[in-house]
Amino acid sequence: MAEVIVKTDQVVKEYRMGNNVVKALNGVNLEIYQGEYLSLMGPSGSGKSTLFNMIGALDRPTKGSVFIDGQNTSGLTTSQIAWLRCHKIGYIFQSYNLLHVMTALENVTLPMIFAGLSVKERNKKGEELLELVGLDDRIYHLPDELSGGQRQRVAVARALANDPNIVLADEPTANLDMIIGREIITLIKRLNQEKNVTVISATHDLKMLDVSDRIVDIRDGVVERIRNRDEIELEVGEVTGH
Amino acid sequence: MANQNRGTIGQQIELPFSESVRISYQSLMLRFGRSIITTAGITLGIAFLVFVVISNEISTSIVGGSASEQLMDLGEEQETGISTKDKWLIIMSLIVCVVGITNSMLMSVTERFREIGTMKCLGALDHFVVILFLLESGFQGFAGALVGALIGFVASLLMSLANFGLDIFMDFPLLSVLLWILGGSVLGMLLAVFGAAFPAWRAAKLPPAEAMRTEV
Ligand SMILES: Nc1ncnc2c1ncn2[C@@H]1O[C@H](COP(=O)(O)OP(=O)(O)OP(=O)(O)O)[C@@H](O)[C@H]1O
Ligand SMILES: [Mg+2]
Repeated sequence: MAEVIVKTDQVVKEYRMGNNVVKALNGVNLEIYQGEYLSLMGPSGSGKSTLFNMIGALDRPTKGSVFIDGQNTSGLTTSQIAWLRCHKIGYIFQSYNLLHVMTALENVTLPMIFAGLSVKERNKKGEELLELVGLDDRIYHLPDELSGGQRQRVAVARALANDPNIVLADEPTANLDMIIGREIITLIKRLNQEKNVTVISATHDLKMLDVSDRIVDIRDGVVERIRNRDEIELEVGEVTGH
Repeated sequence: MANQNRGTIGQQIELPFSESVRISYQSLMLRFGRSIITTAGITLGIAFLVFVVISNEISTSIVGGSASEQLMDLGEEQETGISTKDKWLIIMSLIVCVVGITNSMLMSVTERFREIGTMKCLGALDHFVVILFLLESGFQGFAGALVGALIGFVASLLMSLANFGLDIFMDFPLLSVLLWILGGSVLGMLLAVFGAAFPAWRAAKLPPAEAMRTEV
């Protein structure tokens, strides 16, 4: 198999709420390969978003380590972490998280500003990315002037701004209807194949099953099982009846 | 394409200051409706302060200046210097001003925690976020406070005219009035920056995951 791009080693995340301690993750060991499409599945509250935050260096684990490209993220300076988020990882959220004062193009080019690209470079690249996600006629629209599906497309384009190795998506289709949700999944899958980016997606959405190379089932903060593509295909047949 | 950065982790670059100014200005303008509400808080605070102080200056100048003889019989409040009542009024208005402005800024930054978290996901350094918010609140504070100071000045002029008539122009304290208008504007700006600094700094320090889940 391809090389390991993300590795979690006994990752534990506890949240303290007054005297209570919630163990959102309880020792997660996972190896994720460059270029694969990996889905994190599990019931609500099982720890998917928490794991998403750990892998994306958006929060620190209580115990254990996350390695990205062989680097232990807990040893990085804040500047290196910012660089990592800027260059290595693209994020897609359930609620899009676009900056609503910025146009589609400005949203997509914001990470490029942080990467130091010139105005010309980033506008060119931003337009290309928006074209790639099928929004070339909406580049000067504000998020409020776009539909949910279109906003998520902008978010997908933004996630690809600095050619990351990894795209992390936390329930990217949860706010969308069936058809639009499927379009977004197809889009992410296409980019996964065309650009060879690793996709890690937390989801409840069974539509995600047939595009995933592997599915990781999370339950109560631990990895319950990992299924491969061939095992999945059998089950998809059962679920959707084709 | 995707693999060009393999293996090494760089240092995140510093952005030119002009970029921060551009983004914060744009954000302020596009958020105009919401900005106006926050700015109105600043304007009111400074208007009140400047009104109280300048009214006081004018009445003091009348009493202390050439017009004073005609007004001597108006009683104990017309002694030279600031009366206790006016001192309290000024202190009160200063408090209203500080609390009002810092509160407006606190609210306006807090409702944008998610945005701060998002920016950090995209690669923003902590101090970039802070600078952005300080610039924004500085612009906002100065503009709001200048308007407030002018409103306060006009109001105090009208009130003094109503109380003392045209006599106020005999010994008009032009210099201190100008100084108060300027001082009020700068004070408003400083208070706005000060009020934004703490929440912006706190949000910028938070891990993005936490900043983004903060709901107001
Ligand atoms: N910041 C936090 N503070 C306290 N508890 C938290 C926090 N974040 C998550 N939790 C708790 O950790 C557990 C896992 O939450 P998480 O959000 O990772 O679940 P999830 O699998 O993403 O669920 P969903 O499918 O509903 O999004 C839950 O019990 C949740 O209440
Ligand atoms: Mg979740």
